[in-house]
Amino acid sequence: MLSIKNLHASIGDKEILKGINLEIKAGEVHAIMGPNGAGKSTLSAVIAGNENYEVTDGEVILDGDDLAELAPEERAHKGVFLSFQYPVEIPGVSVTNFMRSAINETRKAKGQEEMPANEMLKLIREKSELLEIDRKFLSRSLNEGFSGGEKKRNEIFQMAMLEPKLAILDETDSGLDIDALRIVANGVNKLKSEKNAVVVITHYQRLLDYIVPDFVHVLYNGKIVKSGDASLAHELEDKGYDWIKAEN
Amino acid sequence: MELKEKLLSSFMAFEERVDVHSELHDVRTLAIKNFENKGFPTKKEESWKYTSLSAILKNDFTVFPKTENAIQYSDVKKYFLHEIDTYKVVFVDGVFSSHLSSTTHEGVDVCLMSSALNKPKYKMVIDSYFNQIASKDESLTSLNTAFANEGAYINIPKSKVADKPIEIMYFSTGNETALLVQPRNLVIVGENSHVQIIERHQSLNNNPVLTNSVTEIFAQKRAIVDYYKIQNDNLEANLIDNTYVSQKQESHVSVHTFSFGGNLTRNNLNFYHFGERLTSTLNGITIIGDKQHVDHYTLVNHASPNCESFQDYKGIFTDRSTGVFNGKVYVEKEAQKTNAFQKSNNILLSDKATINAKPQLEIFADDVKCSHGCTVGQLDETAMFYMQQRGIPKKEAKALLMYAFSNSVIENIKIPELKQRITTIIANKLGVKIGFDL
Repeated sequence: MLSIKNLHASIGDKEILKGINLEIKAGEVHAIMGPNGAGKSTLSAVIAGNENYEVTDGEVILDGDDLAELAPEERAHKGVFLSFQYPVEIPGVSVTNFMRSAINETRKAKGQEEMPANEMLKLIREKSELLEIDRKFLSRSLNEGFSGGEKKRNEIFQMAMLEPKLAILDETDSGLDIDALRIVANGVNKLKSEKNAVVVITHYQRLLDYIVPDFVHVLYNGKIVKSGDASLAHELEDKGYDWIKAEN
Repeated sequence: MELKEKLLSSFMAFEERVDVHSELHDVRTLAIKNFENKGFPTKKEESWKYTSLSAILKNDFTVFPKTENAIQYSDVKKYFLHEIDTYKVVFVDGVFSSHLSSTTHEGVDVCLMSSALNKPKYKMVIDSYFNQIASKDESLTSLNTAFANEGAYINIPKSKVADKPIEIMYFSTGNETALLVQPRNLVIVGENSHVQIIERHQSLNNNPVLTNSVTEIFAQKRAIVDYYKIQNDNLEANLIDNTYVSQKQESHVSVHTFSFGGNLTRNNLNFYHFGERLTSTLNGITIIGDKQHVDHYTLVNHASPNCESFQDYKGIFTDRSTGVFNGKVYVEKEAQKTNAFQKSNNILLSDKATINAKPQLEIFADDVKCSHGCTVGQLDETAMFYMQQRGIPKKEAKALLMYAFSNSVIENIKIPELKQRITTIIANKLGVKIGFDL
C-alpha cells in the first residue's frame, strides 16, 4: 500500500530525514518509535504533505501514486489521514460542520454526490458513540477549549468518520489518561481491517499494549535503525533509547 | 468651480427652496459657516490622516438632482430584505420614493424627514432632538446639517416594540453624471421600546456618487436599538457615514457595520452616554479588495458610572485595499466602574494591502476595566494544513477560516434573514459555496 524509498527531507537548511525505507501493506499495523528529535513527526508531516518540509530525495508511493505531486487535500482524498500531535483550534467552526465539509469535499473530489443530511447525522451518531463522545461536544468550536484528551479523541472520531486507507497516529497517546487511552485504542482497533493500515508514532510502549503492532521500527537521527515485531517495543521500554544511541 | 464653492453658492438657493422662514434657518446658517471656515477635511488633520477625499472631490457633483425616479421594485428587490415584511423608507437620488416605500404612522412613526421638519405636529420633537447630538464642530456633519432636508424619520414612542424591522434605503440611479447626496436620519426610541433598523446605500450604475450622511439616534431609558449598516456598493460609490448615538440609562444600542463594497467608506460612529448601566455595542466586518478603502473612526464617550461598551471589528484585506481602524474610548472622571472593551483583528491576504489600526484610550476615572487589542496577521498556516489534511481544498479552507474569523460579529446579528444575507454576501466575496451556515 505505502512504499517509502530513500526518503530525505529537510526544513530550511536542516536535513531531518536521511534516507527512510519502509514498506506497509494493507491490514498491517506499524509502530514507529524513537527518541525526541529523531524525525518521527517529520515523517508523518511529509507523508501528509506539509509544505514546511522539503523532500530532497527519494519517494513516497501510495497504491502506485507518487504523493510528491499531490496537495495535502488530494492525499487526504486518496485516503491518507494524520492524527495530529497538536490538533489545531479553529474557533467559529463546529466539529459537526467541519466534518460535513471534510466528508463532502472528499466525496466531491471523487465525483460523488454530497452525503444526505440524515445519513450524515446517522454516521455522526454512530461514530461519536464509538469514541464515547457526548453529543453536545459536537456543536462546540473545533478543538477550542478542549482538554488534551478530548482533542485526541476528536482526532480519532474524525478518523472514524473519514475511514482512511492509511491512518498515521502521531503521538496520539500523549496527554491521555488511562481511560481515554483505552477509548482511543478501542476506536482504532474497531476501525482496523484487512483493507487499511495504521502507523502508530509513539515515544512510549504504553499505547502498543492496546494497539498491538505487527512491526516496530526504531527511528534515530533520521533513519530507521532497527525493525522487529512487537517484542522490540518491550525491549526498548526496558533498555531505554540510550541502548539505540550507543549502537549508532 | 470647486465643490466647496459650489456648495456655498448653492446654499441660498437651497434655503429658498426648502423654506427660508424655517426655524431651522439659524441652525443651517451656523452650519454652513462652520463648513465654510473648515472646508473638507484633509490628510493634514490627525483624524483624516489615512483617508484622502481629494481625488473624489475633483468630480463635478450635482448638488440638486432633477431626476424623476423611475425604478421598479422588481429591479431593486434584491437589495431589500424581501424574505420578511419590513417598513421601508426609500430614496432615489436623494428624493423620497413613495411607491418603493412602506411607511407608517400607526403607533410608531416611520416616515420621511422633510415632512417632520415642515409639519407643525412634529415641531416639538424636532426642536428637542434635531441636531442635538450631531457635532456642530465637525465640518462634514455641518455640511450635512446645512443641507439637511431629506432622510428617514423614525419615532418609536414609549413602551412600543416596532412590529417589524425598518429598512432605510438610498438608491442612486446615475441620471446625473456625478451625484452628491446628503441624507439626514433621525431615530428616537422611547423608554422601554425596541426597534431594528437596516440602512443601505446602493448605486445602480457606474457614475460617481458621494454620500455624506448624518444619522442621529436617541435611545431613552431601557430602550433597545439594533442598527445594521450594509455597505456593499459598487466601486464608484463613496460614503461618509456620520452616526451619533445618545443613550440614556439602561439602554442597549448596537451598531453593526458590514463594509464589503464601495470605493471609499468612512464611518464616523460616535456614542455618548447620559445615564448609568447602559450598554453600547459597536461591531464591524470589513472584507475588501481591489483598491477599496474603509475607515472606521469610532468614539465611545463614557460619562456615567456603571456603563459598558464593546467594540469588535474584523477586517480582511486583499489586493491593494486599505483599512483604517481608529477607536477612541474616553472615560470621564465620573464614569467609575466602566467596562470598555475594544478589539480590532485584521487579516492581510496580500503584500500590497494595508491596515492602520490605532486604539486610543483616555481614562480619567480610577476604578474601570478597559482593554484594547489590535492584531494584524496572515491566515493561520497550521490551521490551513490541518483542514487540507482532512480533505478540504485550500480555497475552501481559506474561506472557512475567514468565516470563522468573522463569526463573532455574524453571530450577533439578531434578524435571522439578515444573518443569512450577510453570510451569503461573505461567501460571494470569498468566491466559494459553503455547504452550511455558521
